[in-house]
Amino acid sequence: MAPEPPLLSMTGITKSFPGVRALDGVDLDVQAGEVHCLLGQNGAGKSTLIKVLAGAHQPDTGTIRWRGDDVTLRSPIAAMRLGIATIYQELDLVEHLSVAENVHLGHEPTAAGFVVRTRAARESTAALLARLGHPEIDPGRLVGELSAAQQQIVSMARALSHDVRLIVMDEPSAALDPDEVDNLFRIVGDLTAAGVAVVYISHRLEEIRRIGDRVTVLKDGRAVAGGLPARSTPTREVVALMTGRTVEYVFPERPSAPPPGEPVLSVRGLSRAGEFAPLDLDVRGGEIVGLAGLVGSGRSEILETVYGARRPDTGRVYVDGSPLRTGSVRAAVRAGLGLAPEERKAQALLMLESVTRNVSVSALSRFSRAGWIDQRAERGAARAATRELSLRPDNPSVPVRTLSGGNQQKAVLARWLLRGCRVLLLDEPTRGVDVGARAELYAVVRRLADEGLAVLMVSSEVPEVLGLADRVLVLREGSVVHEAPARDLDEHRVLDLVMEGSPAS
Amino acid sequence: MTQHVSPPRGGTGKVIPAGEPPAWRGLAARADVRTLSLLGVLAVLVLIGGVTQPDAFLDTRNLQLVLTQASVIGVVTVGMTFVIVSGGIDLSVGAIVALASVWATTVATQDFGFGGILFTAVLVGVGCGLVNGVLIAYGGMVPFIATLAMLASARGLALLITDGRTQVVTVDSVLDLGERDAYLLGVPPLVLVFAAVTVIGWLVLNRTTFGRRAVAVGGNAEAARLAGIDVRRQRLYLYLLSGLCCGIAAFLLIVLAGSGQNTNGNLYELDAIAAAIIGGTLLTGGRGTITGSVLGVLIFTTITNIFALNNLQSDVQQIAKGAIIVAAVLVQRRTASTT
Repeated sequence: MAPEPPLLSMTGITKSFPGVRALDGVDLDVQAGEVHCLLGQNGAGKSTLIKVLAGAHQPDTGTIRWRGDDVTLRSPIAAMRLGIATIYQELDLVEHLSVAENVHLGHEPTAAGFVVRTRAARESTAALLARLGHPEIDPGRLVGELSAAQQQIVSMARALSHDVRLIVMDEPSAALDPDEVDNLFRIVGDLTAAGVAVVYISHRLEEIRRIGDRVTVLKDGRAVAGGLPARSTPTREVVALMTGRTVEYVFPERPSAPPPGEPVLSVRGLSRAGEFAPLDLDVRGGEIVGLAGLVGSGRSEILETVYGARRPDTGRVYVDGSPLRTGSVRAAVRAGLGLAPEERKAQALLMLESVTRNVSVSALSRFSRAGWIDQRAERGAARAATRELSLRPDNPSVPVRTLSGGNQQKAVLARWLLRGCRVLLLDEPTRGVDVGARAELYAVVRRLADEGLAVLMVSSEVPEVLGLADRVLVLREGSVVHEAPARDLDEHRVLDLVMEGSPAS
Repeated sequence: MTQHVSPPRGGTGKVIPAGEPPAWRGLAARADVRTLSLLGVLAVLVLIGGVTQPDAFLDTRNLQLVLTQASVIGVVTVGMTFVIVSGGIDLSVGAIVALASVWATTVATQDFGFGGILFTAVLVGVGCGLVNGVLIAYGGMVPFIATLAMLASARGLALLITDGRTQVVTVDSVLDLGERDAYLLGVPPLVLVFAAVTVIGWLVLNRTTFGRRAVAVGGNAEAARLAGIDVRRQRLYLYLLSGLCCGIAAFLLIVLAGSGQNTNGNLYELDAIAAAIIGGTLLTGGRGTITGSVLGVLIFTTITNIFALNNLQSDVQQIAKGAIIVAAVLVQRRTASTT
């Protein structure tokens, strides 16, 4: 790279949200004409970083230099004016508008200042689409009628309709077929040849090998490595950086012998087309079974299907040998299942309510007669459940939104404790939980298992699965590729399995 | 409306400044700050009424009239509060009141006397609520659309039944309820019904599993579902409840007007929504209080009364109401942004 100042240089970027420090002093340098890959697990801070870059989030501290000058990205428009375009994973297109209208949204070519020159818009859109290798997309078609891959092309055309110098692509290949991925890479190659810089986010290491120039690895909100050569850095090293602990977690000790007895939770032939292949698994009381896999491996979908929140195409779920009604959360809850979902705020918590009311919501009938709630009994039980999990602050009448991520998770666990559940399904149990608070949460989960609960957990953090679970099922693209006691596996082997499908020798 | 309505609860972890003398602390801590502000607004209104029309406004008969007028819309608002708390909306309340009031006052119904009128009004209300609830909970219709359709159809049916004529009530026992002889210690029976509905509504919202689940569904329907709540059934019951309140309100209106008309309950939906909103119910669901809604109703009714006594046109009243709604929502938004 030339010794001139980098196109973009972000230094010491921090950003905190209530309860979580999403970015903790991140540096990122991007040169003109390079593909700079951003790697990191879920919750590592990638999304927050690109939102800061896109002007959608304001950093708490840190400086952003653009072509050598300090800049403040006050809004997405400010970022766009500088020539920074972002293509989000969830495409931000208006389905009911045409391709051309989407491409020119907000900067339509006009006559007399307000009359949209439709033909000019279509022509320039057609030119952009041709440049992107998709002349077959009709600028007049509604975006809602296009395939996911085509929509992504439209999104890219929109980025290019501005005078763009840096394009951020957030997992652009996630929704694409192999052919479409090839085309995407050709486009990326054309862009960089023209001097445009690309910040490329992906979970797929092999893609980064193919198109990346340099790699920055994020981990727990920090850049643990910046500007590594993308092609020559060994996979192991990159993986170790992604997963390596900045803080050594303390995992609770496992019982030496696997718990005896019949399985509490049994899953037989459960599948959903396009999400995961027929799955069999058993979890005994006192046992923690972990599902390890990357995003898109079907992890969360499996848990939600077991819980009845998604209807399976085939297969059944059994609790103590009796089948559950399929596709019914209520049947699952009645049979003793409890879910701590991945998106705690969106899927589990009533953010306007107190801890007590969040904890009691699934067990209201326990404190009520003919629908009449005994509030004293409710408060007492909620207090007992939150105390048992050492939820802080020790005052269940505070609003749940004031709690830290770890304590919010404890509130969800307390809900199921109070309900008296027998099977706990944990989806990314430490997502959004401060590093320091994780060990305590692990201890809580182990204690619940020791008290006889069957626990099925899912995590994208391999060390977490290996450290907490007794037995691990490794998932790759919806299928179990390996099953073993956690003590017989190590992180590298699991990562080889989830990425390659077979253990590298 | 010079009273500043302060935000209800402090932001994240902020404690409400304890400026009150110690004796007030207990009360202030118990009562929502918003409730106190609404009471303050009401007090200011009463003051304005007392100053501008000292004789007419504070007259017992006038106060009885204000409360009676508040009763009909008040009962509707209690039901509406439940629906909004659960994240829904019921635009059909006024039309249901109209339909229930005319169906309960047809010649055929009046033959059955007091019981027939009351029973029919309530049944029609619940029936309309059932249709709304089934369409929304099990038919997957957006509440706005389903209840808008009910609004149109119920009004049309009411017109069909009456053919535009006023159906005078001839059942004496019904009419007697509106007479001064029926007042209990100076309180009209209609007001007692309103008070009873308010108390029951408060208890149901705050002390029963039904109320708790309504709040949970409104606060986060997905979380409620994953917590094992039957969200659909809950939604059905909520629209039934709103319909029931409309049926009761229709009966009160029959007593008050001594007749049933297809134009009854005109724009009640807007008044009820407005009262709930200024009472602190979030239009997005998840938070709301019966106390606030009832105070909202009383504030609106008092304004109407003061304006009427001062010979101000109803257009001015409407503008004032609009301004109050805007002010209340701005306060709500500021509160929401601090949380």
